[in-house]
Amino acid sequence: MSLIEEIDYGTPASLSEKMITLTIDGNEVTVPEGTSIMRAAMEAGIEVPKLCATDMVDAFGSCRLCLIEIDGRNGTPASCTTPAMEGLVVHTQTQRLKDIRKGVMELYISDHPLDCLTCAANGDCQLQDMAGAVGLRDVRYGYEGENHVFAKAGIAANDRWLPKDESNPYFTYDPAKCIVCSLCVRACEEVQGTFALTIEGRGFNSRVSAGGRHDNFIDSECVSCGACVQACPTATLTEKSVIEIGQPEHSKVTTCAYCGVGCSFKAEMRGEELVRMVPWKDGKANRGHSCVKGRFAYGYSTHKDRILNPMIREKITDPWREVTWDEAYKYVANEFRRIQYQYGRNSIGGITSSRCTNEETYLVQKLVRAGFGNNNVDTCARVCHSPTGYGLKQTFGTSAGTQDFDSVDYTDVVMIIGANPTDGHPVFASRLKKRLRKGAKLIIVDPRRIDLVRSPHVQASYHLPLRPGTNVAVVTSMAHVIVTEGLFDEKFIRERCDWDEFQDWAAFVASPEHSPEAIEQLSGVPAQALREAARLFATGGNGSIYYGLGVTEHSQGSTTVMAIANLAMATGNIGRKGVGVNPLRGQNNVQGSCDMGSFPHELPGYRHISDDQTRDIFDKLWGVKLQDEPGLRIPNMLDAAIDGTFKGLYIQGEDILQSDPDTKHVAGGLAAMECVVVHDLFLNETANYAHVFLPGSTFLEKDGTFTNAERRINRVRKVMSPLNGYADWEVTQNLAKAMGLGWDYKHPSEIMDEVALTTPSFAGVSFDLLDKEGSVQWPCNEKAPLGTPIMHIESFARGKGKFIRTEYVATDERTGPRFPLLLTTGRILSQYNVGAQTRRTDNVIWHEEDRLEIHPHDAEQRGIRDGDWVKVASRSGETTLRALITDRVSPGVVYTTFHHPTTQANVITTDFSDWATNCPEYKVTAVQVGVSNGPSDWQVKYDEQARQSRRIVPVFDAAE
Amino acid sequence: MASEGHKTTATKLVYMANQIAAFFHTQPKDEAVAGVADHINHFWEPRMRTQLFAILEQEDNGLDDLVVEAAKQIRKPGPVPA
Repeated sequence: MSLIEEIDYGTPASLSEKMITLTIDGNEVTVPEGTSIMRAAMEAGIEVPKLCATDMVDAFGSCRLCLIEIDGRNGTPASCTTPAMEGLVVHTQTQRLKDIRKGVMELYISDHPLDCLTCAANGDCQLQDMAGAVGLRDVRYGYEGENHVFAKAGIAANDRWLPKDESNPYFTYDPAKCIVCSLCVRACEEVQGTFALTIEGRGFNSRVSAGGRHDNFIDSECVSCGACVQACPTATLTEKSVIEIGQPEHSKVTTCAYCGVGCSFKAEMRGEELVRMVPWKDGKANRGHSCVKGRFAYGYSTHKDRILNPMIREKITDPWREVTWDEAYKYVANEFRRIQYQYGRNSIGGITSSRCTNEETYLVQKLVRAGFGNNNVDTCARVCHSPTGYGLKQTFGTSAGTQDFDSVDYTDVVMIIGANPTDGHPVFASRLKKRLRKGAKLIIVDPRRIDLVRSPHVQASYHLPLRPGTNVAVVTSMAHVIVTEGLFDEKFIRERCDWDEFQDWAAFVASPEHSPEAIEQLSGVPAQALREAARLFATGGNGSIYYGLGVTEHSQGSTTVMAIANLAMATGNIGRKGVGVNPLRGQNNVQGSCDMGSFPHELPGYRHISDDQTRDIFDKLWGVKLQDEPGLRIPNMLDAAIDGTFKGLYIQGEDILQSDPDTKHVAGGLAAMECVVVHDLFLNETANYAHVFLPGSTFLEKDGTFTNAERRINRVRKVMSPLNGYADWEVTQNLAKAMGLGWDYKHPSEIMDEVALTTPSFAGVSFDLLDKEGSVQWPCNEKAPLGTPIMHIESFARGKGKFIRTEYVATDERTGPRFPLLLTTGRILSQYNVGAQTRRTDNVIWHEEDRLEIHPHDAEQRGIRDGDWVKVASRSGETTLRALITDRVSPGVVYTTFHHPTTQANVITTDFSDWATNCPEYKVTAVQVGVSNGPSDWQVKYDEQARQSRRIVPVFDAAE
Repeated sequence: MASEGHKTTATKLVYMANQIAAFFHTQPKDEAVAGVADHINHFWEPRMRTQLFAILEQEDNGLDDLVVEAAKQIRKPGPVPA
């Protein structure tokens, strides 16, 4: 094993197809037109010395080190800013260049500390490397003059010197080591798109600044993505983990386990200790970028709260008792078999995890179907993107996004509906902002003024601030404009869709009750803005739609997904680069968990359980007779539990008590069961109601694959031994063995082989292929041996695209005198979902608690001041949290995040759900808000119960 | 604290069935009945369908006419294999 070194070409690749040839140091080099001489040289294996260039950002030409000479031209131009041209003869090393470079380095080093041996960047410092490369042996100027290095000048204080800024929990800024190359500033602008950093002052006074004169990093606009740290050629910006541990010695490429973007990282290691995560430039989802979670928030993996030994208790009021793994497996197997004997075969089930690997998910659904002998398996996609699955399957024929993330580089008009990419999918947001800065137009449909509406160098053309729950009305109304104004793409529709269905749909949307003027009253969206936005989308070139849970988590979630698909088809925006329908998936492997057959009605590859041919494949391979009826979905399981017909549940890596709606109902359902098995890293909220706890492993501790929002199957690679002893797939396998199943997988690759064998869209997938290609997007089979970046290119998966009427039906969750405000929910950048992981990292510095955002007008009416404790009550329950007064939300709308369990946001959410999939309606709850003097009774009771249920009886003789 | 003050499963099933009907009411007439039946056959676990048939037998069951009409095409669950 060794450290994976990526080649830095110095400047970004040129996309030109025209090739030119030049000569560099006697070597002929052929490169695309527009390539810099620096890059051309590197492609020929010649490294020109450089300090201010990297291929992640545009050339800048400030360090004066990468100079070259060109035959027939005067002077010594910078190779980073000079384009390669046909026939040039370039020299990268001449006496003149050597003298200049040495002189330049001498100046740099005269204002730089000489503490290399004790410096954190020792061994990974470009300044050190360049001093070596140019042969610097002496600094004639001495170190006593004006400098930024020493705190004192003689006996007086040195005004130029600034202390280290250690305010960010993950990296330090040491101005004494800065050479003002501005790479950090440019990385912040060009890669991340936040513009938090700047160079202040001029000449020798210039320095990097995170805002005003006295701003430190943590108080600035910095989002801690780490792009600046990665770009820094010195120890000025350094990971605190590197300062503490030292330089890594080997690395493996793996996939982030946070959101559905699925960024590739090099996990840089020293032994089994993770030194740092560095985004991998060849990662096709992230192209070398990351966010604060993926790069820095991995501390949970070694957090003291992790449970490392299996535990059992007969009653949930008992304290936990540590047992051996064998005891735990035997207990679960006996209990599940007893329950099935007593209450029938269908009285138990399982929940797969969107946090775990494809292989692990596949095994859990296999355990349920083949071992439990029923189809009671579901996954947390139930509560996020199940309407995407349903809606896209109906209209296009397959349950997934149509594009790859690279597609955003080719889009002209982006419409974002019910998603907040800068917080939820930050690396995608950075790629989007890059495109927006180059001129693409943006339409945002969201009740709240998300950051993308207006942020540095980004301004949405239209923000349609709709009332929560009116998505269908608004999207259908856009279709009304497109149809009645004749802006649809008739050629595309005639070729690719069913023309009769289109005409039926066109007549439907064209009726006057769908006009923007008619729906303005109920949606709150000004008709004129809606008309103009629709026109822009239909006529602005390549139109792409990106959407999130603000679309799906509604009573009409599936209908909105169909409305979005209709809009894309009507405008011909399907089947090429730059267009498409792109669900932004929440969890790292929510796409994969759906692909792997986690839904109760579907076998892997989205094939219905009633299909005899599909069942036959699995019947034969597994030696069982699968039931041909759909199983229970999560909410149905809980209903059945309360009715007394569902008694046992194996939950892998999901916290339904915190994440599912109507907490009291979830708690009631769990309490009614006789054997709840929680398989997780921590004693999560659901574990309060569990009888068996099986310790889980992190993504760093196992091999497998995750599938991201663009259908990309990425490898997850084990870099350390599981602290709990076993990867999750091994635990499921051992449980299956205890239940009498003869499984014998030696490695996750064998599980993927079984998926490929049984599932046509995965037929070509293997770990070998993934290791070779880096990643592939399904479908990957004979027809597409290297996968499918863009779907529905010549025809839709279902044949003809299907237009479906989408009538707006108001949710029954309505405001009235008792509950006059609408609560909607969302996320914040630094925290992830229920926060089980990010709350156990230093990310809490950015978000210690969930706050209720309320408009100044609504706050004033209620006598609420910023920071006051407020009570939020709905028809389901009440909770308390602190208010944040802001005009980001419209009057009548309040908003909160749900990252902290004490917030109990889901005590207030109702049991209303999507008509087609039972996806809960998280995004609309009628509430009243008033000042409060402390936690609600439920919060107090809940805290006490949680405290009681987490007691563990100490064991003197440690198990195993 | 189980389901106190909360809806019973039967109430929920009626609500869910009516939600499905509400969608298919807006679809072309000839597709609506089959649409409701297909949806319930595809996604409702047998004990949910069994409960639905029990509800159908009650008068004033609160079910949408379209659900009642579709019931003829909804599959009667067989016995659960032992």
